[in-house]
Amino acid sequence: MTAQDSAQLPADLQDERLIASSGVSGAVSAFTARLRSGDLGSVPVVVGLVIIWVVFQIANSSFLSSRNLVNLTLQTTSVGVIALGIVLVLLLGEIDLSVGSVSGVAAALVGVTFVNQGWPLVLSLVAGVALGVAVGLFYGLLYTRFGVPSFVITLAGLLGFLGLQLLVLGKDGTINLPYDSALVGFATRSFLPPAMAYALVALVVVAYALTRLQGRTARAAAGLSAAPTSVIAIKAAGLAVVLLIPVAILNGDRGVSSMFLLFLALVVVTDLAVRRTRWGRSVFAVGGNVEAARRAGINVRTIYLTVFAACSTFAAVGGILAAARLVAVGQASGGTDTNLNAIAAAVIGGTSLFGGRGSAYSALLGALVIMSISNGLALLSLDSNVRYIVTAGVLLIAVTIDSLSRRSRQAHGRA
Amino acid sequence: MTVTPPATPAPLDVGAGTVLTLQGISKRFGAVQALKNIELDVRAGEVLALVGDNGAGKSTLVKTIAGVYTADDGSMVFDGRPVRVGSPAEAQQLGIATVFQDLALCDNLDVVANLYLGRELRKGRVLDEVEMERQSWELLRQLSAKIPSVRIPVASLSGGQRQTVAIARSLLGRPKVVMLDEPTAALGVAQTAEVLNLVERLRERGLAVILISHNMADVMAVADRVAVLRLGRNNGVFVVSETKTQDIIAAITGATDNAVSERAARRSREDS
Repeated sequence: MTAQDSAQLPADLQDERLIASSGVSGAVSAFTARLRSGDLGSVPVVVGLVIIWVVFQIANSSFLSSRNLVNLTLQTTSVGVIALGIVLVLLLGEIDLSVGSVSGVAAALVGVTFVNQGWPLVLSLVAGVALGVAVGLFYGLLYTRFGVPSFVITLAGLLGFLGLQLLVLGKDGTINLPYDSALVGFATRSFLPPAMAYALVALVVVAYALTRLQGRTARAAAGLSAAPTSVIAIKAAGLAVVLLIPVAILNGDRGVSSMFLLFLALVVVTDLAVRRTRWGRSVFAVGGNVEAARRAGINVRTIYLTVFAACSTFAAVGGILAAARLVAVGQASGGTDTNLNAIAAAVIGGTSLFGGRGSAYSALLGALVIMSISNGLALLSLDSNVRYIVTAGVLLIAVTIDSLSRRSRQAHGRA
Repeated sequence: MTVTPPATPAPLDVGAGTVLTLQGISKRFGAVQALKNIELDVRAGEVLALVGDNGAGKSTLVKTIAGVYTADDGSMVFDGRPVRVGSPAEAQQLGIATVFQDLALCDNLDVVANLYLGRELRKGRVLDEVEMERQSWELLRQLSAKIPSVRIPVASLSGGQRQTVAIARSLLGRPKVVMLDEPTAALGVAQTAEVLNLVERLRERGLAVILISHNMADVMAVADRVAVLRLGRNNGVFVVSETKTQDIIAAITGATDNAVSERAARRSREDS
């Protein structure tokens, strides 16, 4: 390579060992190369989701109907929100086994204070969410001060908060939420008008394209390689298609649920926090190599505290949403299913159990997989015994893919 | 160093270009005297190799300078002013950067993220990835570092490249002294050459480099002076251009009748 060549090339493409790739074909070949090396990202879960949907659609033609898909979005939300917290904890290489119990006790607190004690709704909700924050901070303190493994802390939490939930609920066991309250209305009857849903899609696509173009200009100005406009245009168009088709289908029935939209917003915000802020970078660093993070001056303790707190908070929010959708909170709220579904969703979505690798979107994708299975088998009027077995199989496949791709990444030097 | 004149003591006379001076540094661990009256001065634009046998006190001395340990006795003069280094963070703030043997890189993060770990550049609340990447390239170019891409996880880099990233990271704090602990210990021939080139680059930038190494070939190749520690004490400082390897080895082992000196003596007899 001559000096003149290198002067014209962007700063990050000057090394002669780099395989040149430019334009759309370059982007495609870079993507396939990444897949081959075992950096699968969310490809397996998307493929799995498509397979599951096709199978259920063949078995029962009403599976992909507008009506059923709206139900699916409603069912997915609470598990998805809880799984979002699990994703954060898994990024640190830790685990929270108590999200189910925490979601149950938060819902019970809201039910008791709102219905039995007659508190204003907002105050009840704040109390429920605050309980989640407090639980997470407590876990974080135990972990950082005494070095108790998170597995054990949260296993104790699983039992302890189940007990607290029963205590809070008292001997009645079940509290019905008033059907006309704003909380229940939000979770069951609030849908976006079709026009607004389409406008929102347009807004998201335009915002995406603009940020990408802005990033392109900034990179070019800094003398770095920038994605060609054609690639950005194709990606934006792809995003538009991916968003428009479901919105159109959902609008065929009741539309896009406000509760599901809240979940999507939480996913996007979490994704940005994890990828684009100093806090998120620190989370990945701690998950990858705690000692290196500590020596780099990162306050490791704060990271653990905030992540455990965020996880329990998401669990509390998810529990309250679940109660609102079912219009009741009882002793079974946040039972075994919730816990395992949320953890399985995060893992199935592609967040590694080994820490330092994952994405907020895996909560969305994983929750969709789990709830699709449950929804589809219910449509086929199969019992929960089949559902458990199928979900277990999918979870095993997901974890195996995670382990295999981790091995492949190591072999290809991308671990 | 920004200085307000009256509060700071006048610079001590420690010789031209001297950045760091150790005077009578001692350190005990229980009954073991790990360091005893160590004297050392480190000059800008010079590579000082620190050699010694296992247990000679090299690591203890490095950790004392880096602020991991505090010396029981003795004083440190940095940039003409006496200093006390209580913690690694304080050492870094002063301008003493250390690259420990385990490098402390996050394998799952890319080169840019590792370089700026804990001191990310931001635009508002959001990471300024573009500026960090631009500056990373600028720094790596200055070091003539051979890193193909800064957007690949550090796990995919070779040992020499990882060492390069760790050294480059230590330079971001604009240090005056860089300590490298066994930078070539686990490296192959080409990678060792790469790291030694990098050490040359650091010297050209006017940094004082303290190189801890077991490998006499590396030391002779890149160092200007060699300080020998033996059983926790100074055992001579040699100027590399005027010294033979066997003299240094003799100082390290404390004996002249070793295999290296015997062979050298044999050779010189055969030559004459």
